[in-house]
Amino acid sequence: MSAPAAAEQFADLDAQRDAAHLGMWLFLASEVLLFAGLFALYAAYRAEYPEGFRAGVAHAEVMLGSANTAVLLTSSYAVASGLHALRQGRRGRAAALVALAVALGLVFLTVKGVEYARHFDEGIYPGGRGRFFEAHREPGLAPFFTLYFIATGLHAVHVFVGASALSWLGLRVALGRVAPPREHPLALGAMYWHLVDLVWVFLWPMFYLMGRG
Amino acid sequence: MTTSITTVPIDDPSPRTYLNAGRTIGSWLATTDHKRIGVMFLAASSLSMALGGAFALALRVEHLSPGPTVMTAMTYNRLFTLHGVVMVWLFMIPSIPSGFGNFLLPVMVGAKDVAFPRLNLLSFYLYALGALVALAGMFFNGVDTGWTFYAPYSARSPTAVVPVVTGIFILGWSTILSGVNFIATTHTMRARGLGWMRLPLFVWAIYGTSVIQVLATPVLGLSLALVGLDHALDWGLFDPSRGGDPVLFQHLFWFYSHPAVYIMILPAMGVVSEVVCTFCRKNPISYKAIAYSTLGIAFVGFLTWGHHMFVAGMSAFDAGAFGLLSMLVAIFSAVKVYAWVGTMYRGSIDPKTPLLYVFAFLFLFVFGGMTGVAVASMSLDVHWHDTYFVVAHFHFIMVGGTLTAFLSALHYWFPKLTGRMYPERLGVLAAALVFVGFFGTFFPQFLLGNGGMPRRYYEYPARFQTLHVVSTVGSFALAAGMLLTLAYLLWAALFGPRAGDNPWGSASFEWRTSSPPPPHNFRAAPPLERDAYDYSRAEVPS
Repeated sequence: MSAPAAAEQFADLDAQRDAAHLGMWLFLASEVLLFAGLFALYAAYRAEYPEGFRAGVAHAEVMLGSANTAVLLTSSYAVASGLHALRQGRRGRAAALVALAVALGLVFLTVKGVEYARHFDEGIYPGGRGRFFEAHREPGLAPFFTLYFIATGLHAVHVFVGASALSWLGLRVALGRVAPPREHPLALGAMYWHLVDLVWVFLWPMFYLMGRG
Repeated sequence: MTTSITTVPIDDPSPRTYLNAGRTIGSWLATTDHKRIGVMFLAASSLSMALGGAFALALRVEHLSPGPTVMTAMTYNRLFTLHGVVMVWLFMIPSIPSGFGNFLLPVMVGAKDVAFPRLNLLSFYLYALGALVALAGMFFNGVDTGWTFYAPYSARSPTAVVPVVTGIFILGWSTILSGVNFIATTHTMRARGLGWMRLPLFVWAIYGTSVIQVLATPVLGLSLALVGLDHALDWGLFDPSRGGDPVLFQHLFWFYSHPAVYIMILPAMGVVSEVVCTFCRKNPISYKAIAYSTLGIAFVGFLTWGHHMFVAGMSAFDAGAFGLLSMLVAIFSAVKVYAWVGTMYRGSIDPKTPLLYVFAFLFLFVFGGMTGVAVASMSLDVHWHDTYFVVAHFHFIMVGGTLTAFLSALHYWFPKLTGRMYPERLGVLAAALVFVGFFGTFFPQFLLGNGGMPRRYYEYPARFQTLHVVSTVGSFALAAGMLLTLAYLLWAALFGPRAGDNPWGSASFEWRTSSPPPPHNFRAAPPLERDAYDYSRAEVPS
């Protein structure tokens, strides 16, 4: 199993690794475009309702959102270190770091859940429903929070998928199934995880920071 | 070193091919062989085309008389929606790239398979799942929004919007994964010594298409998901009563759906490049012009979406910019058309069925393309927008372009896929029927649209009836041609005469292995030293 043979369609392992990396980059490009549609909607609505979006940002859970940024960046660091450790042949350390990344992903999702719960308590639901919107009639608040729930929800789905993939990869690393010179599956998982992280680096200012006084 | 393009004769009377490598149903359903996956895509998308065609015939029958003829207005709305959804996402988008592209691209780059064979099989199952979910929506309640799902009506329509957009969302994943696979294959799996400028032009076409598939499809997925949320949960993101902007949906939708028409036409152009060279026995008059204009269309195609929205509220400056950018596509397309016609000039033309379809393609595509330049200018589009003129225009491109190229490909590569030959006379007859039927169906629609007939209307004034009847008669001739093709191709696949490895005497790479090819495409190192369009030496069809 650990014999460094390439899959039969490839000339050698280098070709297979190149193809796998290119494939992942292309997939990530596709993911970027998926979020780009939401960013475009955000930009258009923000241009239409600058005051409403300012009021929306003022209502965001900035502490939780910022804490989550730190959590996710740390998690990305953990998975990158894990890959580095694996390339140095330190299997146990690599698996532990990947597990840490997964755990931080779960912390992120938990914090996100707390944040959603607080919004629901306030009466903020997607689609401009809830008592918050009866009290605050500022036009643009409804699109702001609908976009907030859609964008962070879609991102949370990506965190979940990424954490699941990393759990599986971490297990394979621990069992020695993913090991040099065929460590590229973990590299691909790490690339995906970094993208998930990077998307959040854009969502964070959009929904928590921009226009905050 | 192999310099001849004829393949090494094989002594074994029944050599192992991708077809006889396993004979059980399971060996097909669990295959990772790109050729089998390609054949499954071709079968599934052809079936979808038959379904979409049946919807179209029902619509044409309805228009035989100005008032209600055979169906209610609601049924009519559902049928034109389903016709669009099925033809766009189940037939035109997957047919050539996922069908022929899958089969041929690895062979043409001298590889054993695509880069990610299991992902390739997943693409097929996502296609099948998406198709089933979308069609299930049809049996629940149908959809009456048109294939464009314009908000805010799509959020309120009393029909099964959610299953159909879910199905299309899943189909989008199939498209994206196929695109990823083809790009990675082209980059990383070319045979030793096979540089980009020696790739067959079909590979360039599939490559350009894949770029669009990877970059445009996610935006469609997102915008349809938002429509689904609006419909299912009433989130109203595009609902003006809650501060939403329905025109934003149109922007997102056309950001995908305009490039999507290049997903449909670029592979068709790739087919034309191959067929022209083979049946005129010449190298393309300018390989680079065809290859680079492919990338040009793929790039500029991303910048033209606004021309669908000239009447949706757009500044004159934006409309002018989108109009000019749209016309750039015509320049790239014209470069190709001149290159194909120039290739034919003084060629040794052999007008077999595939080339006849290319002739039809050239005529219809130029016709559709010229009217495309006309509707790309705002002043004219205001008159023709949402009329049958636009319907005729895009059917000239999509049916006249993509369908004729698909049929050309089906005949040209039939011996490659099956090892057998189709009956040439029936092929010519069917090609004539398809061409006459198509022209009869859609030429009157230009006149109807220019005369003021709006699209998607159930009833019409009596003065339009003659043209509508001509169009309906034409559609039945087209259907007869398609049924005839289906019948003789099925017969030939089972009982046709053996074709030999290279029945056309083509120099192109895919003909340098046996027909049908063995499981890993080549029995020895791929003999690709000689160029794909090198007809400097006489070739004898084998």
